[in-house]
Amino acid sequence: MNIKEICSEINSLVRDQDKKSINIMEVCGTHTMEIARNGLKQLLPPEINLISGPGCPVCVTPVNEIDNIIEILKDYDVSIFSFGDMIKVPGSSSSLAYEKSIGKDVVICYSPLYALEFAENNPDKNVIFIAIGFETTAPLSSVIVKRASDKKLRNFFIYCTHKIIPPALEVLLKDKKVRIDGLLLPGHVSAIIGSNPYRFIAEDYKIPGVISGFDPAGILQAIKMILLQLQQEKPKIEIEYKSVVKEEGNTVAVNQIHEVFQIQDSMWRGLGSIPKSGLKLKPVFASFDAKLKFPIKKLNSREPKGCECGNVLKGIKKPDDCKLFAKSCTPDNPIGPCMVSSEGTCAAYYKFYRIKY
Amino acid sequence: MCLAIPAKVIKINKNIAEIESLGVVKEVDITLVPDAKIGDYVIVHAGFAIQIIDKKEASIAEGYWKEFLEET
Amino acid sequence: MLRKRNKNDAPQAKVINISHGDGGLKTGELINRFILKYLKNEILEKLEDSASLYIEAKNIAFTTDSFVVDPIFFPGGDIGKLSICGTVNDLATTGCTPFVLSLSLILEEGFLLKDLEKILMSIRKTIEEINLSNNGVGLRIVAGDTKVVPKGFADKIFINTSGIGLNQSNIEISPSKIKVNDSILINGGIGEHGLAILSQRKEFNFKTDLVSDCAPLNSLVNDICKASDKIHAMRDATRGGLARVLIEMAQASKTTLEIDNVKIPIKKEVRGLCEFLGMDPLYIANEGKMVIFVESKDAEKVLGAMKNNKYGKGSQIIGKVVKKDQGIVVLNTEIGTKRILDLHYSEQLPRIC
Repeated sequence: MNIKEICSEINSLVRDQDKKSINIMEVCGTHTMEIARNGLKQLLPPEINLISGPGCPVCVTPVNEIDNIIEILKDYDVSIFSFGDMIKVPGSSSSLAYEKSIGKDVVICYSPLYALEFAENNPDKNVIFIAIGFETTAPLSSVIVKRASDKKLRNFFIYCTHKIIPPALEVLLKDKKVRIDGLLLPGHVSAIIGSNPYRFIAEDYKIPGVISGFDPAGILQAIKMILLQLQQEKPKIEIEYKSVVKEEGNTVAVNQIHEVFQIQDSMWRGLGSIPKSGLKLKPVFASFDAKLKFPIKKLNSREPKGCECGNVLKGIKKPDDCKLFAKSCTPDNPIGPCMVSSEGTCAAYYKFYRIKY
Repeated sequence: MCLAIPAKVIKINKNIAEIESLGVVKEVDITLVPDAKIGDYVIVHAGFAIQIIDKKEASIAEGYWKEFLEET
Repeated sequence: MLRKRNKNDAPQAKVINISHGDGGLKTGELINRFILKYLKNEILEKLEDSASLYIEAKNIAFTTDSFVVDPIFFPGGDIGKLSICGTVNDLATTGCTPFVLSLSLILEEGFLLKDLEKILMSIRKTIEEINLSNNGVGLRIVAGDTKVVPKGFADKIFINTSGIGLNQSNIEISPSKIKVNDSILINGGIGEHGLAILSQRKEFNFKTDLVSDCAPLNSLVNDICKASDKIHAMRDATRGGLARVLIEMAQASKTTLEIDNVKIPIKKEVRGLCEFLGMDPLYIANEGKMVIFVESKDAEKVLGAMKNNKYGKGSQIIGKVVKKDQGIVVLNTEIGTKRILDLHYSEQLPRIC
């Protein structure tokens, strides 16, 4: 089916139901960006409200994690290796980009393999890899930690801020302020975890969920599938992204995660502490934990005043509801993570929806 | 929240595969997809293949996948 | 019998040292053995404090640019070629014929002399190519300077070039001339220079055939101006990519530009690398791309002339000027929707999200 046909079906499905508004949450930040970049809202009837969700690992990392990493840089002689996503995120008073500009050793890498290789080739340097991301990226951290362990490296560490998605979705569904009729579920997280971990959404909360790919046709098809489920009043978890997502996911990758990490409660910026939603290195791998190896004093991190990232991440407010949006908070001078992240909701709004034409 | 792109496996040497996507060749780690074979398509994230692509499903999908399979 | 040790065998003879910059004997040696060896002409060899020039043209263009690229040798070029093309292209965008250049070098102590030679040879070769089709004007480097800084105070070599161009046919080419209905053209694929540089970084380890598009565009501009006298504006798309040029031109002319995404030429490998790294080719640097605004009735003629030029084989008409407005760029996507092209406020970084 081509895009025109899918949109025509979406339009008739919306016409046939009597709801004035249908709220569909795009959990994943990459979905938010692709929807914006391709102008998909222009193809959808006005009754459909696409709400951005908390699926942006940079956006949900609390300020104090960034402050902690910068403090480690200040207190110890270390080299920080990070994906580009984290570099410009503002902490309470600095950022990795700023620290790099004043001479601290901060390296942007495409893959954690590079950080591991560097550590192996430079035994005199302490290398800390910032392990951020959801279930798509956590197995990669598992592999490199195990490899570091096999190689008996004493100078390689990870600063783990990995989080897992399903518990955060449950928090949102329980929140009475958040009204969601359907969920567009993340494609690549699901490539790892499969569709089963989301079953509670349909079974307990009676909300449709469709795992979607990232191309325009895939996203529109997934929206159509949500609308069909609403029409049939038979909520379930479906996979649109069948080429990549199997029901059982990638069990090798999931086993890797469980071998290296244990699940713990975790603080999500904007959503608060969510039980069993974060990963921590198991005791057997504690010697690779940067948080243990490089202790720092407790920091008083400040959330920026007036920043509405928290409410934006829950889909309660839109970026232009925030008083700082496009005024003091811009991509050039970001205050909150939703603006600085390459797939933050505020960044998407600023780039694609701010100027009306 | 996860940038991952499709690529074709052209060579394998233990847990490293040489993959190609739109004329770009790279070595990636296939520890997470040990069953990957030469000629398979995989999805690549930060230097690792994270899943083997189901070619049948990909070829019926519209748009991006079709173009990608035609070009690589 | 012991061979008499040649002073040129000593390790310090193979590199730049601080004394090369002190204005004395070593500086003279550097100028004679290297600079004049490759760039000699009757003005430069006088080695006077300033070059005396006679200019008949009433209108001239003047520009300056500095070059700090790393690595200094990259697929498709080097910092020397870049320093000439960059300034010559800036002159060409106003329709002027490049006339004279200055060349200033800041050299880091320890910089290899053989690398300096390679760069000077490249500069000479680029100027020779430019002069094959320079409207009878022999472009030369007529003034220059060399400084040496201690190790760590510069990254191998930094270059500044300034240039004067002659407006020989009194044409006026500027964003203020852009009109509604003008066609917008580009001479080939975008994003190649920036990615050719990035692909060399060991943190990324990608193999591609991508080479920098670094090229002198004076001959292309000559062909364009011969094909039509209705060229309204031109700009070369360097840092910030095609997006930056389009946005700047829209803002300067206070018009709305409509661009068809599917018509923008992009090599497969550029798309591939951008997909891997999460970057947008529209914002990636070029060094041999010119964006042309021409009255629509001449668009096909100009396109034909561009395609006949060595540096215009991949030329395309990519859009048009649609109205007089606040100055925005609208992109028509492949799926029939529209989106605004916004200026990226910061350097694109490879990402996982």
